[in-house]
Amino acid sequence: MILFGILSKAPGGPLTPYLQNPHITAADIARLKHNFGLDQPVYVQYLRWLAKVVTGDLGYSTSQSEPVVTAILERMPATLLLVGSAFVFSLAIGLTFGIVSALRPYSAIDYIITTFAFFGQSMPVFWFALMMQLAFAVTGITLLGYHIALPSAGIESSDQFDLGDRIEHLILPMLVLSLLNIATWSRFTRSSMLEVVRTDYMRTAAAKGLDRLTVILRHGLKNALIPVVTIIALSLPSLVTGAVITETIFAWPGMGRLFINALGQFDFSLLMGYLMMVSVMVVFCNLLADLAYAWLDPRVKYD
Amino acid sequence: MATTTVPGAIAAPLDDEVRIERHGVWKRFRRHRMALAGAIVILCISLVALFAHWLAPADPNFIDQAHWTGFPLAPGVAGHILGTDENGRDLLSRLMYGAQISLTVAFFAVLMELSIGTVLGAVSGYYGGAIDYALMRVTDVFLSIPLLPLLLVLTAIVSASSSKAALGFGVIVVIIGGISWPSVARLVRASFLSLREKEFCEAARALGNPAGRIIFRHLLPNAVAPIIVQGTLEVANVIILESTLSFLGFGIQPPTASWGNMLANAESNMAIAPWVAIFPGLCILVTVLAINYLGDGLRDAIDPNMK
Repeated sequence: MILFGILSKAPGGPLTPYLQNPHITAADIARLKHNFGLDQPVYVQYLRWLAKVVTGDLGYSTSQSEPVVTAILERMPATLLLVGSAFVFSLAIGLTFGIVSALRPYSAIDYIITTFAFFGQSMPVFWFALMMQLAFAVTGITLLGYHIALPSAGIESSDQFDLGDRIEHLILPMLVLSLLNIATWSRFTRSSMLEVVRTDYMRTAAAKGLDRLTVILRHGLKNALIPVVTIIALSLPSLVTGAVITETIFAWPGMGRLFINALGQFDFSLLMGYLMMVSVMVVFCNLLADLAYAWLDPRVKYD
Repeated sequence: MATTTVPGAIAAPLDDEVRIERHGVWKRFRRHRMALAGAIVILCISLVALFAHWLAPADPNFIDQAHWTGFPLAPGVAGHILGTDENGRDLLSRLMYGAQISLTVAFFAVLMELSIGTVLGAVSGYYGGAIDYALMRVTDVFLSIPLLPLLLVLTAIVSASSSKAALGFGVIVVIIGGISWPSVARLVRASFLSLREKEFCEAARALGNPAGRIIFRHLLPNAVAPIIVQGTLEVANVIILESTLSFLGFGIQPPTASWGNMLANAESNMAIAPWVAIFPGLCILVTVLAINYLGDGLRDAIDPNMK
């Protein structure tokens, strides 16, 4: 039964990302034909494109005047920096919130954290970004006697590498990108923990006379995290696509902003390349989630 | 004659059970105070949106040239309760009309999403076999492409290939509804897979009912609860999606007001006119929060075993 559950969740094989192309290329081709007078049948164009993709050639970007692969790879480090730090931050805060919440269910702190999570899930990301800029960047804010004014755009102030400056630029976009994940992950950790707390082996561990914290962390958390890890792996792609909004608002020179620029200039080979990449990522993360699940939970077996 | 009395005799006690069940749902829902508050908030916002034409103090596209100086007017100045935007248009009026757009788009997009998802999921779950396999591979493909970039590309393609510069809100509805149905299809399929093995389904089949009748009259009413919950939560998602698209300039096009596109130009004036940036987003947050609480309450009320 578990196997069936996993199989029904698993994506339709490695061909999935390629299958998406027809309905995008259809319109893509219409434009190309219109612009360059190409009149080959759609499937010929599509097969040719597919053949190129297999050899690692995603075409030529008209808006960047360079190959799509180069354009994307150039922006990747900036996005990885942003997404990576947001990931670590959300993981730390989200799990902590979830655990604290589950330790004292229906207490004041649990109530505060779940309400916060609800707000986080309902928050339009772009507006949260604007509000963070308004609060911390536009005029700056004085907190506890310190005047805080964070930069609201870009990744650095000058070409000279300066760690403090980099961190200052990173704080706001990272917070914005993390909010949704903190909310989702903390809610998920909380419910998973609450479920584990009710199990027999937890009562056994407590009956052995172990102190509460050891029981919770060593026996409970380990088991509670199994489904959480799956959710986290599955939400990795949304972290990257969520960066589209964050990067646009904070003028962060990453792949997301590249995507929005390409969109404005109808640079379809770049758009295709980006969609292709994130789709592969989705499939890969699905696989990762399945593997992690099997690795963490010895009850799950693959044939 | 016999065939008409027997189902009737069975139906009577079933009816009572259903009534008791519904009563329980309402009782549990009422206890969920935040959900009740959410429902009230949504009702109020919907009423304002519905009657925006009469409630709004000004035309949403009217430029108050008598007072406008090239910058947004502050709240309270010259009779504008929430001030004006950078073009001298009354913010409160635009918010009311924006509510109309945002809620209409969300309502129809979710309606479309639920219709497609329910029909395909039902067919997939009821028939199984090759049909099921084919349909599920289609949903796999849709689910493997992240929603936001795909939406952006589709709206960009449509706006590039259509001669009209402005995207009608119908286009946004069709695009959002047309690509977000797979999750609903999955949900409906799962409940149909278990429902079709139940005895009452076998009985309906034995009586010679056509498949379409079994699916829509016998099975669907039993699968409707999770669809309602999912639909409610989806309305919240679509409101955020539409406002994000409009904010980035690929959704509802100005001068038509939507909560998303009202924020698009707010950033440049944020230092001198923060109210232009604050209020539309606050509207989105409050609406989405209310819907999420409502959906949460509905889920707890309909299925107390979850969570």
